[in-house]
Amino acid sequence: MATSEVKIDEQRIDPATGEYRVITPGQTFRGVTEKITRLVLTPHTPLGWFAIFGIAGAGATMLMVAVVWLFLKGVGIWAISQPVAWGFAIINFVWWIGIGHAGTLISAILLLFKQGWRNSINRFAEAMTIFAVVCAGLFPLLHVGRPWLGYWLLPLPLTMDVWPQFRSPLMWDCFAVSTYATISVVFWYLGMIPDLATMRDRSKTRLSQYVYGMLAMGWRGSVRHWARYETASLLLAGLATPLVLSVHTVISFDFAVAVLPGWHTTIFPPYFVAGAIYSGFAMVLSLAIPLRKFYHLEHLVTLRHIDNCGKVMLATGFIVAYGYGMEAFMAWYSADHWEAFTFWNRAFGPMGWSYWVLITCNLAIPLTTLWSRKLRRNMLFMFILSIIVNTGMWFERFVIIVTSLSRDFLPSSWGTYRATKWDYMTYFGTVGLFVFLFLLFVRFLPMIPMSEVRTMLPGAKIKPKVAAEAGD
Amino acid sequence: MPPREGTYGLLAEFETPGDLIRAARQARQDGWRRLDCYSPYPLEEAAEAIGFHRNKVPLLTLIGGLLGGAAMFALQTWISTLAYPINVGGRPTYSWTAFVVPTYEWTILWAGLSAAYGTLALCGLPELYHPLFNSPNFRDGATTDKFFLCLEALDPKFDLVESRAYLQAFEPLSVTEVEY
Repeated sequence: MATSEVKIDEQRIDPATGEYRVITPGQTFRGVTEKITRLVLTPHTPLGWFAIFGIAGAGATMLMVAVVWLFLKGVGIWAISQPVAWGFAIINFVWWIGIGHAGTLISAILLLFKQGWRNSINRFAEAMTIFAVVCAGLFPLLHVGRPWLGYWLLPLPLTMDVWPQFRSPLMWDCFAVSTYATISVVFWYLGMIPDLATMRDRSKTRLSQYVYGMLAMGWRGSVRHWARYETASLLLAGLATPLVLSVHTVISFDFAVAVLPGWHTTIFPPYFVAGAIYSGFAMVLSLAIPLRKFYHLEHLVTLRHIDNCGKVMLATGFIVAYGYGMEAFMAWYSADHWEAFTFWNRAFGPMGWSYWVLITCNLAIPLTTLWSRKLRRNMLFMFILSIIVNTGMWFERFVIIVTSLSRDFLPSSWGTYRATKWDYMTYFGTVGLFVFLFLLFVRFLPMIPMSEVRTMLPGAKIKPKVAAEAGD
Repeated sequence: MPPREGTYGLLAEFETPGDLIRAARQARQDGWRRLDCYSPYPLEEAAEAIGFHRNKVPLLTLIGGLLGGAAMFALQTWISTLAYPINVGGRPTYSWTAFVVPTYEWTILWAGLSAAYGTLALCGLPELYHPLFNSPNFRDGATTDKFFLCLEALDPKFDLVESRAYLQAFEPLSVTEVEY
């Protein structure tokens, strides 16, 4: 690093604590609270919100049409067939779940590491997780062909006396994903209770007082409650951390437990988890950059946040690069004919273009440019980059699923895969649903955790003498 | 049951967390036991000052997690060996290594749910009505930017006139009487 970059910038050091500032100085408890609650409590919804909401709603409607048609006709309307029986449904499932992982990483892992900067972005990152899991959960359910029998996955005492088969990774998936969805919702909601109480107290209309009042459950900020709340937050963070690492690990087991060349590798769990965090941070940027711009949150979601997300992407991007490298290396080093062929087929086979798209989007562009602090702090660049990385990560799953399945051991069973319009409608429909849900969240719930931002303000600083006496 | 009429307590409002902590610590030292502090963000020092040092959330979480994991392992064992044994390529029906993943997930699930529901239960939430909400300055400041100390009428030391004077000595922004 050049010396000019390590030079300490006086403006960025907080004189009270001697630490790097995360949010812009000169803000008060009341000012921050007013700013965040006003975004929700204002009766005026910005026109731009309606515009995007309309487009996203159209996407969600398209999803509904595609799903209704699927229910009427069956999964034959998708391109899935033998040998590629997984297709878009599983690609999208893995992609969406991966996107969700960054939310948990920000809310849980960075909390355990005491990364104060996460405080202003964790709420909407968690919301992103939940909506991504909603989109992800749709796909396996639709893909089973008869979604109305989806409850067969659960160990329920049914009249037929049939029980699930717990030695299958698909069952593990069911438990991993449902646990992940539940814990994410609980963590998100518990974290929001104090802010909902603020919303209740700042509401002017009767209706919003009732609604936020009910949601806040009568929170009144007793320090006894806060102590339990803090303990529970830490415990949930400690539980969500191994959970989030397990979820993509279990999803990678769906592949790694099979004997298919290109799937049957031990690098899959860490490589999937790193890829998940990589794409998730990209999605955080795709959401945070427009949000801070349109809602004028530049003082709370600062350049430093975007910069840090870029650094996390750089690190996880290199783990992903290691995963790709190791796949290629093992294809050669294992001396396994089928593994070697699979790798060759991925890069130079009939669908080789998709491999080079993924290399370009996931490695070539981000891992060269993210080193530059100037580019990491360029909003337009980071926004475009986040879209590129998410495209690349989608293609990663495409490559893993389609190229491996389409050409396995016996050339006589080889096939090809070409997605139908229903595949595309379902996929882009979930993107619409995701944005639709996210916009509702932005409009009706506080998107920045006020109680956590307050702890970072100068007013929260207690004189060391008082603090020391209190601790006796 | 405590009386549901008359005075709930006296509420002193402070501008800074430091003032609140100083007052709370002094009140605790002077023998007050029925008192509570309210702040718009977690204030560990204030909880310490009123003698609230540990809570039962970790214990509940541990119990929940252990029970959840044990239940899932037992369920899988029962299903795979007794209720519905399936022969998959001659593998043993009690293949416990395969049961680890759902067991792991349910340990986390029930630990997490116990932590969340346990917190709410220990705090007595949901509790949509509380006497403190009768105080307008509490509604305005407690979840935004003010710090409150409440001396409750149930404390044997409580006396409307003397306790008010006692609180005034800490130089709060205001002292209000809160009715049930």
